[in-house]
Order: sequence, then structure tokens, then C-alpha cells
Amino acid sequence: MNILRAQGLGKRYKRKWALTGCMLEIEPGHVTGLVGPNGAGKSTLLNIASGMLEPTTGTIEVCGGVPGSGPAQLAKVGYVAQNAPVYSGLSVEDHLRLGARLNPGWDDDLAHQRIEQLGLDPRQHAGKLSGGQRAQLALTLGIAKRPELLLLDEPVAALDPLARREFLQGLMAAVAEHGLSVVMSSHLVTDLERVCDQLIVLVDSQVRIAGDVEDLLATHHRLTGPRRDEDSLPADQHVISARHTDRQTSVVVRTDAPILDPVWTVGELSLEDLVLEYMSNSVTTRPALEVLR
Amino acid sequence: MTWLAWRQLRVPALSVLAGVAAIAVVLGITGPELVGRTDFSDQDLLFSGTILVSYLLPAVVGVFWGVPLVTREVEAGTHSLVWNQSVTRGRWLATKVGFGLLAAMLVTGLLSLAVTWWASPIDALANQSTDRGMLNRMSPVVFGARGVVPIGYAAFAFVLGVAVGVVLRRTLAAMAVTLVLLAGVLIAVPFLVRPYILPALDDEVAITQSNVVGIRGSEQGVESMTVPEPPGAWVLANETVDSAGNVVFPLPDFVNGCVPRPDRNDPPPARGSMGACMAQLGERGYSQHLAFQPGYRFWPLQWIELGIFLALSTLLTWFCFRRLRHLS
Amino acid sequence: MIQLHLDAASGLSPYLQLVRQVRHALRLGLLREGDQLPTVKEVVAELAINPNTVLKAYRELEHDGLVAARPGVGTFVKATLGGAPPTVLGPLRHELARWLVKARAAGLDEESIEALLMSTFRGSAREEIA
Repeated sequence: MNILRAQGLGKRYKRKWALTGCMLEIEPGHVTGLVGPNGAGKSTLLNIASGMLEPTTGTIEVCGGVPGSGPAQLAKVGYVAQNAPVYSGLSVEDHLRLGARLNPGWDDDLAHQRIEQLGLDPRQHAGKLSGGQRAQLALTLGIAKRPELLLLDEPVAALDPLARREFLQGLMAAVAEHGLSVVMSSHLVTDLERVCDQLIVLVDSQVRIAGDVEDLLATHHRLTGPRRDEDSLPADQHVISARHTDRQTSVVVRTDAPILDPVWTVGELSLEDLVLEYMSNSVTTRPALEVLR
Repeated sequence: MTWLAWRQLRVPALSVLAGVAAIAVVLGITGPELVGRTDFSDQDLLFSGTILVSYLLPAVVGVFWGVPLVTREVEAGTHSLVWNQSVTRGRWLATKVGFGLLAAMLVTGLLSLAVTWWASPIDALANQSTDRGMLNRMSPVVFGARGVVPIGYAAFAFVLGVAVGVVLRRTLAAMAVTLVLLAGVLIAVPFLVRPYILPALDDEVAITQSNVVGIRGSEQGVESMTVPEPPGAWVLANETVDSAGNVVFPLPDFVNGCVPRPDRNDPPPARGSMGACMAQLGERGYSQHLAFQPGYRFWPLQWIELGIFLALSTLLTWFCFRRLRHLS
Repeated sequence: MIQLHLDAASGLSPYLQLVRQVRHALRLGLLREGDQLPTVKEVVAELAINPNTVLKAYRELEHDGLVAARPGVGTFVKATLGGAPPTVLGPLRHELARWLVKARAAGLDEESIEALLMSTFRGSAREEIA
């Protein structure tokens, strides 16, 4: 059973479409990275999945229910918005009390354990916390409500490297301990490489590619060889991009089959390269909507 | 959720309560000494001050309690925190609005109780006097500062603040708009709505020499006259009409000769000539028309106006819930 | 208990790095039969990597017959890799020291020695995997 399923999902603000024809199937038990340029629709997708926004077209099902449709549904999904908003007038302890009163599935011991581990002063007002501490507090609130799925919108974007590492450590520990599924959007591919085993690339309000990270890396290759037309390649090799000089051609292809043509030098792509290929406008094929397995 | 609603309203609520308590103490101290007096000319400051505060309180409630209820959350982004803590938007708004509404109505009720009690000797006197200088409690400005109507104003102002906040989402802009709208409503209602809540009583009075009390005029001549008004009433019209019922303004020429001119230092006209003049007016079919809301209608009008404002508040609340879906 | 780490510049996928580190530890005798490997949660909390990566690495080691998972308890070393005894390591260390003397005499500074060493080592490591 999918933890998130979207069909033809679209969202329009006034005249601009923030998300179009989005099709996704995410299985539980994975950490999925959502990557794409600013304004691509990442926040919109996460907002819709958490029930903060309503879609204009299409359907979405999260943890088997419609997002935002009631307390039971809200309890299954945790969400931390960009910049981890917290109530600046309430203390850390107050936030935990808030979580305990509002969430039916609240794990108070877990929450207090985390706060202690993080070294946060319970009486400190949340407005005086540093960016990293706020993010950790928001993460604690998200984890301690024991959701099935946790959605994170650029959780580490504004954090220094140490705070970032600590945040991800805490997140991964929670995933290991509770079998939590996570969908997080980020710009930092190096973080995504460590933490995510599934990837979705979203550009210009559309899903360009989605799938298992290892699988994507194994099936994408950079072929370099003497100049030739990219259409002359076999049909099972989907050309993602092609660059020509007067003597040389370099193409990035996606294929399940091995590359047998000896004229090519076959190279591998790093995750960052792969993401960049799909994010750039020189994608020559139609956007490939891949089902995540 | 009630705990959160209380924590968020705590500071504004306590500060307003403290202010109202202080005022109540002052009134409590000065009140008893007003009993039995017939001259209240030294009470002008407190009299007008309490009226001012009675209108100010709903404004404060609307602007400082109602508006930030939604805008503060949206501007800080905490709505995405709280709406993902397994509480639906509906429950969130219902709790915060319910809490604030209750507090607003309670605190305004308290103030109104104190003010009405303090002013009761003054109001009682005004109820019986025909001295035009005394404002009785039926007069537009005083009416809104007595009894239960301020509670209606406060409820309305609070929900108005929330509604404007839901639409505009920015604290300062919403505060300004709420203030303007509230002022507009509070000014419009006494003049456009209240006179018609219950049909006014009409009286036709013959104009005689002894009952002309007010004459107004300019260089061209006498423009209007008034007769004594029923004590304790809110007079909507005190005008001279002809036999067909049309208002006469200015008065017919012949009056100029026999009625003392207010602007000129003429010697008063001869005795008896006034009486003859007035009789002449009567013969020609002129009389004085009085339209008024009598003093005994004070409480019925109070309750009806409270009902109107509570109904408006209910409408606005429904609007808020509908609009809530579009917030993100 | 050994400490696992991740080298972002290594060019190897994370799970392979973990496999290598465990094998390395087995070779050097840092891990002996019956020792417990760090739990998934411990590794993940230290390195901030996906738990599935650790699981994959441990599964491969299990597949190679080196470790055995005991559900609810942890993953334990089952067998060791033939590590080199001190009699083999000694002469090799001696040879290495002699080579270093030669390199320094040829005028190589610390940095060049290290670069030469690492590039040769990496080159041969890649051939070993491929």
C-alpha cells in the first residue's frame, strides 16, 4: 500500500500553475528526497500532502486518506514547514505540552528524551532559540506525534553545517527506530545522497524523474564518443541530454540494458550530475514519469 | 486547544481586564456620593470619560484581540505548526473565537455594569428633566454606553477583527481596516437603524405662546421653532408643519413681526401680540410635530439592538469559517 | 566495537564503504568472532545516513558469511578474514620504510609522497572492485 499516491495532481494560484499533472506512488519505509529549483512546486506538493492546501485538479491520497480531512488523518502525517516556525512566546516545555494536548498519539517520553539529548533548556522561550535548535524542536514535535509519514520542507536550508548534521542524525535515528517514512525537499544533493534512498526531481511544476536512487545511478550513463546524431542511438537508450562539438558527442542516456557499442566510452554519473541533468532545460525527451517501486 | 487559546490571549486579556478593573474601582469610589444630588455639573469629565471608554473597549477588543487571532499565526507561519498537530482548522478557530468572544463579552459586561450603576443618579435625573443641556440615556451617544448594547458592540468588534484578519492576513492593515469599519458601523447604527427598530411615537401639538421654547433664525427671518420635549425621550423630530403635514422651513413671513428675533437686539414685541401670532398660526393650520422614542422604551431597544449585533456577529463568524479553507 | 565512518570523496557508494570498513576491521583483527557490530540505529545516529544503507551493507556481509543477524539482539561476527600474521606484516613494513627513504632521497616532499601513494593505491583499489 502506498504511503502517498497522487494522480494528475495540479495546483493553480490565480493564473499560474504551481504543479501540473503530477503522478507519484511512494512506498512506505523509505526516505524520499524532493529536489528541484526554486518555484518548481516542491513546497506546493508538500503543502497539499499535509492538508495545508487543496489541489485544483487531480487526486492525492496520503496514508490511505485525504489530506487534512480530520484529526485521525492529521495524526498520521507530520509536517515541518520551511524555517521551522514555532511560537516565540511559548517555552520549549510549552511546545511539548501543546503537542501532548493536541495529538492523540503523542509519545511524551520520546519527546522529553529528545529534548534532553539535544541539550535544549525546557524553560527557554522558543523565540530565543537558534535556527538549528528551532529546527530540532519542530522535528521533535513532528516525530513525537508518531506519524506514519513525516514531511519536511527544506528543513536544513538555513542551518550551519554542524546543525545540519545534527538534524539529519536525529532524523535518521528516528527513521531507524520507528520505521518512519519521510519525504523531504532540499537543495543540497550531498545531504540527499547520504539520507535518501528514493528521489523525485520536480522542475517547472512537473515531475521529471522519480525512482530508487541506486537504481537511477545504475541505469544512467554518460557516453562519450565520435560525433554522431543522438537519434541514431538504439530505442531502448533514452537520451536525456546531448552535447556536440565538431568532433565529439557526449550524451547522457537512461537504459536498463548494457551498453554494447564499443565506440562509446561509458562513464557513470554522480547523483548531483544526474539531478542537474534533469533540472536543466536541455532535457530532450518528454518528461519521464516513473513509478517509484 | 483551550490551553493554547488561553496562552495566546493571556497578555491582551489581562491588560484589558486590569484597565477595566481600575476604572471600576474609580467609579465604585465616586459613585455613592452622586446619590441624591441634583446638580452634576462637576461630573462632566467622568460622564464623558465613561462614555468614551465604553466605545473604546469594543474597538480595543476588535483590534487587539480579534485581528491578531489569525494574522499573528499566519505572519509567523505557526498555523502550519498547529494545524499539523492533529487539530483541524475548524476546531482551532472555534476554540480561539469562542474563548475570545466569551472574554470580550464578559469584560465589556463588567465595564457597562460599572458605568451604568455609576451614572444611574445622573440618568434618573435626566429622565425627568426637560433641561436641554442634560443628555438622557436615550440619546444616541449615551445609549451605546449603557446597559447591554456595549456587549453586542464588543462581540461584533471582536468577530469583525477576526474576519478582517482572515481576509487581509496582515496585522497592521487588518487593524486599520477593522477600526475604520467598526467606526463606520457604530456611527451609522444610531442614525440609520436605531430610529426604526420600533416605530417612533408621533405627537401633534398646537403652538401657543406658552409652549414655544426655542426659536432659531437668521437675517432672513425666523427659521424654526421648537416646543418642550417629553422628558427622558429621544426626540427625532421637533418641527413646525402645515395642515398637510409638510415641514415648514423657514416659517411664514408674518411670524417675523410678532416673535422675538434671536439675532437682533430688538425690544421684545408688545404683550399679547405673541399670543395673537400663535393663534394665527393655529388658524392657518400650522402645528408642531413631535416624533420621539419615549424613555420607557430604553430596555426594549437595548435588547433588540443587542440581538441585532449578536446576529451580525454570528453571520461574520460563519463567514470566517468559510474563508478559513483558503488560508495556507 | 568499531566505529564506522563515511568518506564523501571516496567515489564508492556508502554501503560499499561500510562493507569495506567491516572487512578491513576483520582483517586487522579489530573485530573477532562473536563481537557485535554497531547497531543500525547507532550507525545512523552517528553518520546521518539512511538506515536502509546500513541494512544493505550488513545483508551483504551476511551473504558473504562473515556476520549473522540475531533478530532483536543485533548483528554479530561469525567468521574472520584471514589476516596477515605479524611475521608477514613485519617484512612488508620494513620494505615500506625503505621505499620511503628512497622517495625522500629522490627529492619528493611529504605531499608528493602522499599523492603518489594514494593515487597508486586508489587506482589498484578500483581495479580490485571492477
